[in-house]
Amino acid sequence: MTMPAQTNWTVETRTRTSTIFLGLAAVLVVVLALAPFYASRSLIQDLFFILTMLVLAQGWNLLAGYAGLVSVGQQAFVGIGAYAMFGGVILLDLDPLVSIALGGIAAALLAIPTAFFTFRLQGAYFAIGTWVVAEIVRLTVAQWKALGGGTGTSLPRSATREMFGLEFLKDTFGFKTSAATDVITFWLALVLAVVTVGVVYRLLRSRQGLGLAAVRDNQNAARSVGVDAQRIKTIVYLSTAFITGLAGALIYVQKARISPDAAFSVLDWTAYVIFIVVIGGIGTIEGPIIGVLVFFALQNSLSGYGSWYLLVLGLLGIVIMLFAPRGLWGLFTDRTGIELFPIRRRLSGDPNEKSGG
Amino acid sequence: MAILALDNVSKAFGALRVSQHITFDLAEGEALGVIGPNGAGKSTLFNLITGNLPVDEGRIEFLGRDVTQVPPMERCLSGLGRTFQIPQPFEKLTVFENLVVAGAFGNRLPENEVSDECADILVETGLIGKANEVAGRLSLLERKRLELARAMATRPKVLLLDEIAGGLTEGECHALVATIQKVHAGGMSIIWIEHVLHALTSVAERLLVLDFGKVIGIGDPDTIMNSQEVREIYLGIDV
Repeated sequence: MTMPAQTNWTVETRTRTSTIFLGLAAVLVVVLALAPFYASRSLIQDLFFILTMLVLAQGWNLLAGYAGLVSVGQQAFVGIGAYAMFGGVILLDLDPLVSIALGGIAAALLAIPTAFFTFRLQGAYFAIGTWVVAEIVRLTVAQWKALGGGTGTSLPRSATREMFGLEFLKDTFGFKTSAATDVITFWLALVLAVVTVGVVYRLLRSRQGLGLAAVRDNQNAARSVGVDAQRIKTIVYLSTAFITGLAGALIYVQKARISPDAAFSVLDWTAYVIFIVVIGGIGTIEGPIIGVLVFFALQNSLSGYGSWYLLVLGLLGIVIMLFAPRGLWGLFTDRTGIELFPIRRRLSGDPNEKSGG
Repeated sequence: MAILALDNVSKAFGALRVSQHITFDLAEGEALGVIGPNGAGKSTLFNLITGNLPVDEGRIEFLGRDVTQVPPMERCLSGLGRTFQIPQPFEKLTVFENLVVAGAFGNRLPENEVSDECADILVETGLIGKANEVAGRLSLLERKRLELARAMATRPKVLLLDEIAGGLTEGECHALVATIQKVHAGGMSIIWIEHVLHALTSVAERLLVLDFGKVIGIGDPDTIMNSQEVREIYLGIDV
């Protein structure tokens, strides 16, 4: 088609707020990275918990909030990642840190047959399907006698004591063995969280991310303009499984003890994660960050009240869903228009802009 | 040479024969109008051409190649663009992003290579003022324009328009027809299903009449509109 050539269009996603935020975020990451030198050991453990939950939440948010894949079976990938890490240490004599990579790979491999079966299902049926798969994996792993069967097992002390980097930390900074393990896992969690947020943000700003948004809004129309919906969903599902598997493996390096019921817990690795994403704001990168902080605060202040704790979580989740379906971050951004991770492509720059209807 | 050719295409849903032995050619650069009463199989015809419905028998050729068994996405990539009767925008994306999706995926190109062209299409279709607005907030006319603009962003060789003028006011309809005329004047081949006859006849060079899944007439608009059979069946006039 012949059209008047116009070269003065510009497309921008970054805003001034987001650029300032990027700088602040970099400072925050450095401050966090130095935490082991000024914070107590229990604070480091709390931060480790927050960061790993954030990774799981970003993964679930990408699945449900962007790809429309509402999975309640993410514990399958946490569990298989953790067990693969244990297998690497106990059966293959690998360093726990190296073995974490094994966890990610095992989860991604498990995701291939899982996707094959569950992608035939839609909506609630998909959700149930993923849960069923997770239960099957849990029951299967519980038969694995070399890794403790149904009762579980611990990481051998020799392996945790000789973990890569441990000696260096002890010698250089004078940490005790147990504290040094926490420091290493905390740093890895920080790296994993930053990389996860970065990768998700990059994906959403990319061409594939735009296709993903189109599929989410209208799969039929997306197909008619050449978007391969199935391919994009599969990529998202497999990458989320990989990240979830890494997080699972890392969590269990820190815990150093595993059992099928704990590693494949739907409450710990999926229900809480859904709560985090829903109260924070589904379909945004900021949402899970806010959500995990709120979740941590609630857990800390309510954990003494037994089952009341779960009731309050449930109640809060319902209230948010009813009155602020886009979560706390949605409420905030509706009022202020502030976006820390903007993905909108804004077109500007043409002098004839006033024409049109 | 025909850019699109249907040869003896038939489709049935159970006992209901929605397309029966449909045969016609679309010449390059031609605008063909499709009319017929509700339920005549007009939208079905589009779904057969785009591949959203498989044909039972017959053959569809596009750009000289047999595409009868080719999946819909691939047909889009090879140059079949369509609009939907009920607009289906990507509601949470902006108008501009709606076009970028179509431009980038419909042509397998990176975003930055299609963004200028998408902006130009927005100018041409009168949507540039709404470029950064979320598509879910558009009016009906704007949604119809977006359907057209998004289909154009895939750089189609044949544009299939499904009742794009339906539901618009007289003034809106005129504005849209002017846009379509402009696109057609640029050399685009068009097949246009429409109930708003004066809109259709101001662009189409030939009309095809469907009734109960059969082609009952194809040719010059005046001849078609004056034929007794068409007036009886389509316009419901007793002769």
